[in-house]
Amino acid sequence: MLEIKNLHVAIEDKKILNGLTLTVNDGEVAAIMGPNGSGKSTLSYVIAGKPDYDILDGEILLNGVNVLDMEAHERAAAGLFLAFQYPLEIPGVTTMTFLKSAMNAQRKSRGEDELPVAEFMKRVKAASDRLGIAQDMLRRGLNVGFSGGEKKRMEILQMALLEPQFCILDETDSGLDIDALKIVSEGVNVLRDSKRSFLVITHYQRLLNYFVPDTVHVMAHGQVVKTGGKELALELEASGYADYKTLAA
Amino acid sequence: MAAVQDTIDQVKAIDVDQYKYGFSTELEVDKAPIGLSEDIVRLISAKKNEPEWMLEWRLDAYRRWLTMREPEWARLDYPKIDFNEIYYYAAPKMNAAPQTLDDVDPAILETYKKLGIPLREQEILAGVQTSKVAVDAVFDSVSVATTFKAELAKAGVIFCSISEAMREHPDLVRKYLGTVVPVTDNYYATLNCAVFTDGSFVYIPKGVRCPMELSTYFRINERNTGQFERTLIIAEEGSYVSYLEGCTAPQRDENQLHAAVVELITHDDAEIKYSTVQNWYPGDKDGKGGIYNFVTKRGDCRGKNSKISWTQVETGSAITWKYPSCILRGEGSRGEFYSIAVSNGRQQVDSGTKMIHLGKNTTSRIISKGISAGHSQNTYRGQVSAHRKATNARNFTNCDSLLIGDQCGAHTVPYMEANNASAIFEHEATTSKISEDQMFYCQQRGLDAEEATALIVNGFVKDVLQQLPMEFAVEAQKLISISLEGSVG
Repeated sequence: MLEIKNLHVAIEDKKILNGLTLTVNDGEVAAIMGPNGSGKSTLSYVIAGKPDYDILDGEILLNGVNVLDMEAHERAAAGLFLAFQYPLEIPGVTTMTFLKSAMNAQRKSRGEDELPVAEFMKRVKAASDRLGIAQDMLRRGLNVGFSGGEKKRMEILQMALLEPQFCILDETDSGLDIDALKIVSEGVNVLRDSKRSFLVITHYQRLLNYFVPDTVHVMAHGQVVKTGGKELALELEASGYADYKTLAA
Repeated sequence: MAAVQDTIDQVKAIDVDQYKYGFSTELEVDKAPIGLSEDIVRLISAKKNEPEWMLEWRLDAYRRWLTMREPEWARLDYPKIDFNEIYYYAAPKMNAAPQTLDDVDPAILETYKKLGIPLREQEILAGVQTSKVAVDAVFDSVSVATTFKAELAKAGVIFCSISEAMREHPDLVRKYLGTVVPVTDNYYATLNCAVFTDGSFVYIPKGVRCPMELSTYFRINERNTGQFERTLIIAEEGSYVSYLEGCTAPQRDENQLHAAVVELITHDDAEIKYSTVQNWYPGDKDGKGGIYNFVTKRGDCRGKNSKISWTQVETGSAITWKYPSCILRGEGSRGEFYSIAVSNGRQQVDSGTKMIHLGKNTTSRIISKGISAGHSQNTYRGQVSAHRKATNARNFTNCDSLLIGDQCGAHTVPYMEANNASAIFEHEATTSKISEDQMFYCQQRGLDAEEATALIVNGFVKDVLQQLPMEFAVEAQKLISISLEGSVG
């Protein structure tokens, strides 16, 4: 369970989040929608521990533990995963090497043994087949020369292998054509279970047709201004965000 | 913002004192008087029982050196070196020429043991090392031991110190010495000709593939002593040798001078693969102490279809001035240069290569990776030229620089000159910074800052590491991460 309480965040003296409060229960898929500049991406970075932000007030509790005291890699080991809107390229480091390093680093910080190579390979094969990722891509530099769609699939592949407890999808649908969107959604749907929760950040209803949320939150001016069921996303699709731009001002 | 500030603080507080070979060895030493003169040159020659022609060669070099000036074109900043404040000869007191390791001072043997350099053949054979490496150990001014000489001799390979070669194989030495790097080549090479004290000599006869890796390990120990070594490697027609060079020095507050000359010669269809892991003491975080490394390394592909390949991993020295080069004289010959130069703290590196295409259908390849951290400056300087007769000469150059932090500098200075229309030269260069976004991405996946940096840097240098012999590649990878420790918060 993730609880965000009264979160105030600024970057370079500019206030982005203004007392945001949000709870995502175990097994819940929560969508966050909202206009550009409402603070959605900031929220995802702050949860994951990106160092550029000043946390002015508030708490982020993962299973009751305040993650704001942890460094980014410690939060990852604790089960937080962020699928990036713009995944980074790491030249010369193959996807395979990266996956193995990440997996073993997390296992190490949890005091677990390294995964045997054969078992690792088996899991990678299964997950990449499901996402339609060719094996030769795994031997290329991570994300180097990959298309936007390929990068997003790689994010989901990493998510599948790292088995996080709390997943944030930051505009995973952007840059995907309809076929890629279906494959990615199926890849994420497989990971849904009663323990794992998702925070899905998106502008559009499109993704939510395939990856159906339990709750929808509307964000504006750094706060959650409205919460509802999955039908709220459809209303927004029809009416737009115009009402919310003034609501919290 | 707090974490960003932490990063900056850590870069500021960068500590290059991770050097683990900084110990010194107390020994009784046979030292020449301080300073340089004709008498010193004569003394060095006499110490080595050299033939008359060798002494004349040295004296000629010394007189020419007196008329020369230090080169100032490199992007290096250091106080003028006082050549009269240096000892030009320092040798541990021992039997003139130790016949077995039992004649060598145990303190020296202990030094090499601490450095992880095996000198006892039976220990190497008993060890877990799968491949054998023959070692020539040079301590200050003299070679103290060479291993596996007998076994190599069976294959016809000569591997010994250059002093011994001058006595035992004078014709070979006389025929080749100074033919690749002429006496008047440059200030430091000319000085080396006058005062060089030891180094390694390798001769691979026609058609022989050297049965093991050869290696020389250089150790500077004495205070205020310069090390001037000379290495000469000759590969006859159709032969092959892989040679490794390693170097370390004690941690001292004064700067010490190392001015070596390496000459390689390949005849028809021969190949020399020369690898260096340079780990001289780099000085402390404020730039105090460290080795001044002014080295001339050059290979001459004299024969048709011959090949010379330089691979270097440079992590040490306060100052590095070094351009391992290839003269591609033989038709169809090939030169390669693979380099990783890491600088941290206050280190200054000006390094690169020259590929001089003289023959037809000659090819060369340059892959240079510079990594700068701390307050260091790292320059790649390269020259590629094609003579008017070098038709179809081809070169591919790729030089990439990676910056860690924002107090360091990376510079690329390529010169290219094609004097015939059929030459094709390609040059690619990039400069990148390990971005905070890349770091955060890796950290979000569970790697801590050190692990993330190591992963990104390893990806950056991968093309070059692959060129190193296996055992060396692992060592080099470790060395690179030690050199960069503390450079990222």
